[in-house]
Amino acid sequence: MISCKPVANLVEAFSKLPGIGPKSAQRLAYYLLRRPDEEGRNLAGAILALKEKIGLCSVCFNITDCDPCLICQDEERDRSKICVVERPSDIPPLERTGKYRGVYHVLHGTVSPAQGIGPAELKTEQLLYRLRDSSVAEVILATNPNLEGETTAMYLRRMILPLGIHITRLARGLPFGADLEYADDMTLGQALEGRQEF
Amino acid sequence: MRTPRSYQTQAITIKQIKLGEVDKILTIYTPEFGKLKAVAKGACRPGSKLGGNVEPLTYSLMMLARGRNLDIVTQSQTIDGFLVLKNNLWYTSCGLYVLELIDSFTVENNENPLLFDLLLDTLRRLCQADSSEIVLRYFELHFLHHLGYRPQLHRCVICNSPPLPTVNFFSYSQGGILCSRCSEKEGEPRPLSVDALKTLRLWQDCDYATARRVKVKPALSSQLRQVMHGYIEYLLQREVKSMAWLEELRGS
Repeated sequence: MISCKPVANLVEAFSKLPGIGPKSAQRLAYYLLRRPDEEGRNLAGAILALKEKIGLCSVCFNITDCDPCLICQDEERDRSKICVVERPSDIPPLERTGKYRGVYHVLHGTVSPAQGIGPAELKTEQLLYRLRDSSVAEVILATNPNLEGETTAMYLRRMILPLGIHITRLARGLPFGADLEYADDMTLGQALEGRQEF
Repeated sequence: MRTPRSYQTQAITIKQIKLGEVDKILTIYTPEFGKLKAVAKGACRPGSKLGGNVEPLTYSLMMLARGRNLDIVTQSQTIDGFLVLKNNLWYTSCGLYVLELIDSFTVENNENPLLFDLLLDTLRRLCQADSSEIVLRYFELHFLHHLGYRPQLHRCVICNSPPLPTVNFFSYSQGGILCSRCSEKEGEPRPLSVDALKTLRLWQDCDYATARRVKVKPALSSQLRQVMHGYIEYLLQREVKSMAWLEELRGS
């Protein structure tokens, strides 16, 4: 038991973080205690700023500290393409590829019938509103290639199809470093269907 | 005799939840052990050998190692990925409804090979793009039978008299039909037309090949669905969430 209340409070706060157990929380708290005051203040400031300054972009629903977000503000972005992703954390990997210059739309989840999560709980209505009101030529459905991601993509396709907009889905197949022997039927089947001239 | 440290089983994945960054906790249904929970380590990694082989709505041959709390999936090879079903929103949703019923009504480590066969057959029937309504009603009736909730459709559950060729009633609390006289003693039994009763009785007693030949008009189909859904939710004492999703898709 830690008798010093501020340390005990910090240990308790750290142990609520994912992947941090009580021992790791204690180690982190004692580590910060040993560090210069400046470092502790910076960490506290960063956590406060995260909660106070971060909100959702009113256009694409990505997390941002300014509204609209930097991607939506960027005049050089191709607004005729919208890439639909599940979570804000899906955007940085797509940006890192350097191959996409369109804009995004974050759904904040996937359709999950067994958990009672339907389209009403996601930003689907906002997506359809955005598509009706702008000159979008292509929607890229970049939900995860698992059952829930596929269900969400199929639902969106059904809703977007009447608008006459070109709908594409991220290609699926074998990841780099994979082993053919262990690939599942669906992945291997789609890798075969999507094979390219070499 | 010591229990072997690893074992092999056929399994249909019915649910998965993420565990940490890259692992998954699977809920699988097997013919030998009934429902089981197991950990699929590293299943979320892009190059994982488990990956797509342990997704829900997949029938696989799995090798599991006994763990302290949960068993660990060490290998999995897909036997049937039900690809036709997974490429169609409606049939995928029907499959998810079937999985939710299995998950909600069964307990862990309670073997029921007949239920496993019924689940497998139902998923295959959905792949054949048969009338999903017949596939689902046939599944519901036989699923309830295998779990001991078979509704009594041949005699009034109170006075034991055979039903007359007129509108009868279905009582969720009594688990069967009521004649018009006994229905007055019950709270709010659901009216059941002659055709609906005949169809349910036929499907309850016949094999699937016969059941699929029945031509069901939309109004009758809707009545059968409402009776079965009401009975299932009464037994479960809570709503079946994917049922609401199916209703939403029907309406859109």
